[in-house]
Amino acid sequence: MRETATLPAPAPAREWVREKLLLGLDLGDYVRSLKTGGNALAFLIVVSGLAVIAYRFAKGLGSVTNLSQTTPWGLWVGLDVLCGVALAAGGYTLAAAVYIFGLEQYRPVVRPAVLTGFLGYLFAVFGLLVDLGQPWRLPYPLFYKHGVSSVMFEVGWCVFLYLIVLFLEFAPALFEWLGLRGLRRRAAEITIGLTVFGVVLSTLHQSSLGALFLMAPGRLHPLWYSPFIPIFFFVSSIAAGLSMVIIESALSHRIFRDQADPERGVDLDAITLGLGRGAAVVLFSSFFLRLQGLAEGGHWAQLRTGYGLLFLIELVGFVLLPSFLFARAARRGDVSSVRLVAVLAVLGVVLNRLNVSLVAFDWNRPARYVPSGLEVLVSLTIITLGILSFRFIVNRMPILRPHPQFASDGYTQRLTSERGGSPPLHSGDRVHLGHRG
Amino acid sequence: MKLARRTFLKAAGVAGVASIVSPATAAVRAAAGRGVLVDTTLCVGCRGCEAACSEANNLPAPAGDSAVLEGRRSTTPTAFTVVNQATAASGAVRYAKSQCLHCLDPACASACPVRALEKTASGPVVYHRDRCMGCRYCMVACPFGVPKYEYDRPVPYVRKCSFCAERQAAGKPPACTEVCPSGALLFGDREQLLETARTRIYQNPDRYLHHVYGEHEAGGTAWLYLSDLPFESLGLPADVGTGSYPELTRGALSAVPLVLTLWPPLLMSLYTFAKNRRGPDETGGQKEDPHA
Repeated sequence: MRETATLPAPAPAREWVREKLLLGLDLGDYVRSLKTGGNALAFLIVVSGLAVIAYRFAKGLGSVTNLSQTTPWGLWVGLDVLCGVALAAGGYTLAAAVYIFGLEQYRPVVRPAVLTGFLGYLFAVFGLLVDLGQPWRLPYPLFYKHGVSSVMFEVGWCVFLYLIVLFLEFAPALFEWLGLRGLRRRAAEITIGLTVFGVVLSTLHQSSLGALFLMAPGRLHPLWYSPFIPIFFFVSSIAAGLSMVIIESALSHRIFRDQADPERGVDLDAITLGLGRGAAVVLFSSFFLRLQGLAEGGHWAQLRTGYGLLFLIELVGFVLLPSFLFARAARRGDVSSVRLVAVLAVLGVVLNRLNVSLVAFDWNRPARYVPSGLEVLVSLTIITLGILSFRFIVNRMPILRPHPQFASDGYTQRLTSERGGSPPLHSGDRVHLGHRG
Repeated sequence: MKLARRTFLKAAGVAGVASIVSPATAAVRAAAGRGVLVDTTLCVGCRGCEAACSEANNLPAPAGDSAVLEGRRSTTPTAFTVVNQATAASGAVRYAKSQCLHCLDPACASACPVRALEKTASGPVVYHRDRCMGCRYCMVACPFGVPKYEYDRPVPYVRKCSFCAERQAAGKPPACTEVCPSGALLFGDREQLLETARTRIYQNPDRYLHHVYGEHEAGGTAWLYLSDLPFESLGLPADVGTGSYPELTRGALSAVPLVLTLWPPLLMSLYTFAKNRRGPDETGGQKEDPHA
């Protein structure tokens, strides 16, 4: 124990940094606390990935990617953008469930879901910036030239507006962290409007990411190509969002359990089971819709080919199966199974997006695209940055638990009296997500 | 009542926005403009069109060696037109040049979020390099695989045949059609070229396939082809269909105003319903804090 009491009082700015950014540790202690194997790996990935990105901007896309004249979209679009946006769908799903439909029991997971949404979109845009030929022109479709007949134009506008919405939805937590009561109240007041707008925007762009491929009937395999692909993308994004929330809340399980309170405990098990039930229903409708798409297309003979096998694996193994498993686990109250199935469901949505954008795309052309190692590294970098940001914010801001000073009832009041400043999340409560930081 | 009015106003506002962003209908399609009729039975494979194209567009001169005809070639960022050859069962060799077909309702132009690709009234599909942000959706959308990208440049652009739009504006024919020595490339009004093509088929029914490639392909293209070999063997894709490509996304885009108008009132009514069901006790008549 240091004898801090006998030292002169630290400058307010330094104290602020210490409390808000360094988790109440001195800089030296904080840096030492970061020295873990997981952090070292993350550091290695990010540093090398950023170097590759720098090289890509100096030498052109061809210097690091396997993109070609016949394959204009690769892993960065398929994984970073399409999957990133789909997996970030928990934000609008949970916000709608709690703020609009009044499903109060899910309130404890709204903030992590919204944060995931915000970061998911932020890093999807980051991935897009790496992929765009001239990323500094990203604002062009917004403010310069409007290609109103383009699905891409619609996606651009929706993602731009939804990023703002997500930031504002996340803002109350930010303002609580900064102790800005007035702003926080303002931000909270517009929650309902934001949620409605967020659902509208998400409906539009989640489906439009699928609609992008409507333009390529000759290039996307007939089993995946369907006029209903926008609806498939929209519905499966809900399943992805719900499953991601299940997984995330499981990772921060300990924190939830710590704050269990006899008066108003957070029953994460009940939340998980409820989300699992919801995901079961959504996945089943997703399966049924895909079946309708198959019937409408009438390409039954294609099911006997290799692509047909892939299609069946995706549809049965990663949509129908998790639907049944979710339902069974939820009925039995088997929380850990629900979490495992959530991983399966998320993988299923990733598989679907990669199938549509890469595997089943240009299926009948001789040249096949396989991402380069450097493309994979850049994608890993973006994912790592997303996870690091999530951990950084969750360890500092009131995401996984209500902020003591802003809780409506008195159940955390006893914590607040200890300090004059806003009581932070103590370093002992840090979310580890595999490694410390 | 208050809430209902607010909901209505929101919906009305959104509807207003929707009417602004709703997709423009196919105004460009009406004007067919100029075109080129490629009679592949007349082409001698001299590749003069390639050289003229490179010169007109300040591109590196194509390889002089005719050995390049051995393999199947595609256009590149530095070669906007290439000649391919095919051999008939009779042993006769046929040639066909490929380039942008300048669709009447181009997929690329409707896919471009910044209108960097645009169909002009006189026929050419032109590229505004000062607008392009490099999303490459045009390359995904084009059924002919025409737009090519400068993957090896730090500041890349899409490259493709412009139908010599600038030369046309100056009253000159496209460079390739100007140099063609065999009469295989005929430049003119598309409608008239279509008549010419039909006449040639009618007068020489044994010489041609009874099909004008480009009359209906991908909704119709400015460039038209006549051949006595299957068009696919000459590098012209057979699987592009006859429908207009922008039509494929028009349905999805027309759902935008619908969602913008219907979702907010629907969601607000659900919110009101859910709130009323929760009863007045929880809110206590006070302003609700959704984040509490």
